[in-house]
Amino acid sequence: MKYRLLYFASLADRAGCAEEDIQSAAVDAATLYDEVRASHELQMTRERLRVAVNGHFVDWNHRLKEGDEIAFLPPVSGG
Amino acid sequence: MSRFVLSDAAIDGVAQKRTLDDDAAGACVIFEGWVRDHNDGRQVRRLDYQAYAPLACSEGEAIMTEAVSRFELRGARAIHRTGSLEIGDLAVWVGVSADHRDAAYAASRWIIDEIKQRVPIWKNEHYANGESGWLHPDNSPVDPGLGPPR
Repeated sequence: MKYRLLYFASLADRAGCAEEDIQSAAVDAATLYDEVRASHELQMTRERLRVAVNGHFVDWNHRLKEGDEIAFLPPVSGG
Repeated sequence: MSRFVLSDAAIDGVAQKRTLDDDAAGACVIFEGWVRDHNDGRQVRRLDYQAYAPLACSEGEAIMTEAVSRFELRGARAIHRTGSLEIGDLAVWVGVSADHRDAAYAASRWIIDEIKQRVPIWKNEHYANGESGWLHPDNSPVDPGLGPPR
């Protein structure tokens, strides 16, 4: 399926981009992250991140749909 | 009107305070978060804030709505900067009004703590030696390799 991925902060630096479109066989957020973690050699494990799909926080076992926008969110540091 | 706003321009605290006006309010507490020139033993030259805007706004709005009902506020508003900030700039402004001061003080503290924990905004510090680094919620560096000598 085709997905749009968003990366932020340290994760974007590691990935070398803030967003990308990818084709993947992954059907849940966890599998998708593990896949891009390997391809981009990201250090952060899933346990340290939150994930959002189409602008809403979801669980890692969230089932993905064609065209979903998935954002991987490192620990926040606003304020 | 949204109670939580992201702004890529300077925050006007005086104008913001007027949004809290309510004849029933007897207390108003304003919190301002400023960019300081040091963190974790390092000299800081400036900051960049990055946000995932749609989610930051919806999560921020949820915090403000919860604060209004939890602390019975008359007014509540928060603004967080994005983009590049200099030392001394206003990074986050939180204002609440309530019938009495106990609720106003408690709500102000609760809101800023929730923003720091929940809203997808990230701080990148630029240091005097030219390095920069993203921070964790406790202001420790994401990449320990960029931290100060210990």
